[in-house]
Formats: sequence, C-alpha cells, structure tokens
Amino acid sequence: MVTSTHVPANAPVRGRRSPLASALLHLTLFVASVIAVFPVLWVLLTSLKPAEYAITTDFVKETTFENYTKLLDDTEFLTWFGNSLLVAGLTTVLGVFVAATTGYAVSRFRFPGKRGLMWTLLITQMFPVAVLIVPIYNIMAGLGLLNEPAGLVITYLTIAVPFCAWMMKGFFDTIPREIDESGQVDGLTPFGTFWRLILPLAKPGIAVTAFYSFITAWGEVAYASAFMVGDENLTLAGGLQKFVNQYGAQWGPMTAASVLIAIPAAVVFLFAQRHLVTGVSAGAVKG
Amino acid sequence: MAVHTSGQSVAKAAEPNRARGRRRDTAGAPGKLRRALSTHWYAWAMVTPVVIVIGVIIGYPLVRGVYLSLTNANERNVERSIGVNHLPATYEFVGLDNYADALTGSQFLDTLGWTLVWTVSCVAVTFGLGLALANILNRRIAGRSFYRMMLILPWAVPGFVSVFAWRFLYNEDNGLLNKILAGGGLDAVPWLNDPTWAKFSVIAVNVWLGVPFMMVALLGGLQSIPGELYEAAEMDGANAWQRFRHITMPGLRSVSTTVVLLSTIWTFNMFPVIFLLTRGGPGEATQILVTQAYKFSFEISPRDFAQSSTWGVLILVLLMVFAAVYQRVLRKQGETW
Repeated sequence: MVTSTHVPANAPVRGRRSPLASALLHLTLFVASVIAVFPVLWVLLTSLKPAEYAITTDFVKETTFENYTKLLDDTEFLTWFGNSLLVAGLTTVLGVFVAATTGYAVSRFRFPGKRGLMWTLLITQMFPVAVLIVPIYNIMAGLGLLNEPAGLVITYLTIAVPFCAWMMKGFFDTIPREIDESGQVDGLTPFGTFWRLILPLAKPGIAVTAFYSFITAWGEVAYASAFMVGDENLTLAGGLQKFVNQYGAQWGPMTAASVLIAIPAAVVFLFAQRHLVTGVSAGAVKG
Repeated sequence: MAVHTSGQSVAKAAEPNRARGRRRDTAGAPGKLRRALSTHWYAWAMVTPVVIVIGVIIGYPLVRGVYLSLTNANERNVERSIGVNHLPATYEFVGLDNYADALTGSQFLDTLGWTLVWTVSCVAVTFGLGLALANILNRRIAGRSFYRMMLILPWAVPGFVSVFAWRFLYNEDNGLLNKILAGGGLDAVPWLNDPTWAKFSVIAVNVWLGVPFMMVALLGGLQSIPGELYEAAEMDGANAWQRFRHITMPGLRSVSTTVVLLSTIWTFNMFPVIFLLTRGGPGEATQILVTQAYKFSFEISPRDFAQSSTWGVLILVLLMVFAAVYQRVLRKQGETW
C-alpha cells in the first residue's frame, strides 16, 4: 500500500461531483419535495377560494376567507376543536404522569418482574385497535361513558401509558448514571433522586413524549369514530368526516378545517421533530 | 446495564456473585419475600401505577375480548339497557367455533392475503424511497435543510387531515389528479372506485405518509456512520456501490431493522388510511383485517361482537408471531436486540 500523499489529479474529491450528478440530485429532491408538499399546499389554496370554485383547478382567482368564517359560524368546528383539546390534553397529562416513575425504574433498577413488564410494554404497542375496541366499547356502555370525553380519555390511556413509559425509558437511559450515584451519596432516596435530580434533567425528553402522545390522541380515528356520536360530542377526526361522506362533499369547509387543524400542529411539530426521532430510536434500538 | 434498587455501586461491582446469591434464595428461605420486598420495594412502588393501569384498562378488556371471541355475542344478545329496562346478556359460549369459521372460510383468508400485500408493498416502497432520500440528503448539497424541511412536511400534518386532502385530490369527477390527466388528454381514473386503482391509491397515500419518518430515522443512522470509513474505502478504490453495500448497509442495520419492524406493525394495523379513504371499498377490495374487524362491530347490523373479537385476537397473534420470528432471525444473524 502506498502511503505517500500523492493523489492523482483526476481523482474525485469527496463532496465534489460532476454538474450532471448535481443536477440529477437536485431534480430528485425537487420532485420529491413537490410531491410531499403539494397535497397540503393544494388544500391550503382551495380553502382560500370561494366555495363555488373549490373544485376547479384555477389557482387563486380571488382570495377570500369565506370558508373560514362559514366554518366557524355555521358548524360545530369550535366544539370539536375543544373536545379534541380536552381529550388529547387530559390523555397526555395523565399518561405522562402515570408513566414517568415507571420509565425511570425500568431504566435504572434491576428487579424481579422487570423483563415481564418490558415485554408487556412492547407487546401493547402492537395491539391493534381491533383487539380492545369491542370489549372497551361494551365496558364503556355498561358504565355509561360512551359519548363522554372521560370514556375516550380512559380508552386513549391504553395507548398512551405503555408508549410514554417506553419512550421515557429511552430518555432516562441517556442521563448519566453518575448523577444517580451522586444523589445516593448525598443521602437522597431513589425517589428523591428521581424527583430532584433526574426529572429536571429529563424535561426535554418528557416534553417530547408529551407532545408525541398529544399528537397520537389528536389524530386517533377508530375509537373516536366508534365511541362518539352526535354533532356536539365529536372530536376533530370525527367532525371532519361530517364534511366528506358518501353522499357528497363540502370541500370548502373541509379544506378550511384541515388548515386550521394542520397548521398549528405542523409548526410545533417541525420544531420538535429532531427530538422525536431520537426518542423513538433510543427507545426502540436500545430496548 | 441495570443495578439493584439499593447500594447501587456495590451491587454493580458484585454482579456475578449476586446472580448466584439469588438463585440460592429460591431454595426456599422463609425470608425470601421479605428480603425481595426490602430490596426492591422502591422499584416496585415506582412501576405500580403503570401495572395497575395496564391491568385494569388493557388486561381486563383483553381477557373479555378473548372471552367474547369464544361466544356468539352480538348487538341483540349482550347486556343492554333500553329505556328503563335492563336486559341481561343472553349470549352463549361456543368454544372455538368462531376461530374455525374464520380460518376455514374465505373471507378471513382473502382479507389476510390483501393485508399482507398491502403491508409488504407499503413497507418495501417506503423503505426504498426513505433510504434513497436519506442518502441524497446525507450528501453535501445546496439547500439541504430546505429540502429536508419540505420532505418532512407530510409527517407534520395530522394523519386524518392528510387522508382527507388525498380524498380531495382523488375525487373522480373534480379531483385535481383527474383534471391534470384531462389536461394531458387522458381519461379520468376512478382512483377510489375501481378495485385495482383503489388498492394502488391507498398504498400510495400510506407511502406518502410513511416516507418522512423512514427518511429521518435512516438519516439519523447515516449520520452516525463515521466518515473515515468512507474515506478509507475510497482510498482502497471502492466504488460508490461497494461503499454503499459494505459500509452504509451494515452501518444502518440496527436502525433499519427497528424501523422495518415498527412500520410493518404500524402498516398492518393502519386503520385511518383505509377507513377514511375507501371504508374498505369498493366492495371489500381494500379492506384490511383491522378495518374489517371494526366493520363487524360498528358498521353492520346486527353488530357482530364475537366475530370482531375473533379477528382482533387473530391479528394480535399474527403480529406477535411475526415479531418473535423477526427477532429470532436477527439474533441468528448476530444482531443483539
């Protein structure tokens, strides 16, 4: 093997490529970006068109907020929005609250039953909605909780609790163990260590976990469609279905509602997304 | 690496001895439980809330669901209230009849067949596209973070909103896709109304939804591969394909096995895409197992709770078998997971 620093003049230098290759890469990325963005953009544009042009391909001829004012004035959109906020918010708070200590215990301690618990957390992640939906429906019917936000919150906890515990374990794993040991040296109990030292350090991870379970509850369709009926009890996932059913579609309010639901979620999401992947892969890879 | 609840550093140092010490306990020392309690009570107390929640709201319904799958429960014979009258349950235990019916009849197997096609094609295409885009984004290229942001966008939009956006585009008479085709002089495509096109359409939407996660996860994996490996390989005269084959793919293994497992499970259970786009139609052409199980209990009359539970249990068993086999294959190949 030649160890001299001589490099042939025509050797490709890393990071540099022919103009043709560059153009192809840009073209690929450009086409992919258009496909990724266009459906969303098209809905946004449509929502700003007068309702009678909703189904035309004309780009914005005249911009109007009439779809939005109609949506807010004449439909239950705000009620649905409130219901979704309430249900997803409660689910998130309860899920994170219940799961936090477990995530820590599974990350730090070795105890009889740990393996079984880990497996349970993992397996419940792959529970299809079809396994639990009928029994939970019957139980909720028996308890009079159908059509009640409380019933939906309890149901969503079946998804949120195992998920939060699993994800928080991943985040706790990234906090150095020496911090626990120093807490122990200072005479803190394991719970004191968790509460005073680890929890403050894990705040970003907990925020991400909370955000993720909020998004999951916010976008859940199956339970929400089955358990909530009647216009004033729907969440957004059910409410949006009202605009698009088999008898026809009111694309004007549908597109306006889509924008109002998607934009705040997307903005927060784009800020949080780097951490989201870390959480998923930390939880999953190190399992 | 996990350690004992108390005396962490000591326990860590004495790891091998401790394992033996515990086995001796099982010989039946009377203080065993008390010792375990005093050692582990902190850990147990910390996991108690989750154990209770899982037991009450997952465990109990699961047991009930399995029980329902062994009965002939439907809307007419379950416990219910009509006005002030309370009617007790009158359904009967029928043993494994529902399972026999499902596994010998054509409906379950046909639906399973399409579910497998759906899952495999969605995961394969999503992985392929995600890998390609991640590789491009991992290069030095102008506007990289802009492209990345654009490509992530579908992931940022709540799933049900995206699905409705696609329904809007797919609309047969007025949807944008058909207008574009008409502009090119082509006939309108019945995107969601023809069995074959509907299958194609639902897969396309699911791929569109899934690529961003796949791409970001694989990009994370790519960035953890040390650049020196590529430089060394280039010095040794490896071409681009060889570098991809011998550095990139092995370097991505742990990430890609995880995301493939996750996205397989997610796709297999992907309720909203099918339910909101086609409701399983036209006919039952796009019905996957999960949406069909939902249909049994919430869309037909009388609601067939037993059948639905049976399908639910079968889906869960299939997924668990898949996950176990997958893990075993990985372990055989030396992957510690």
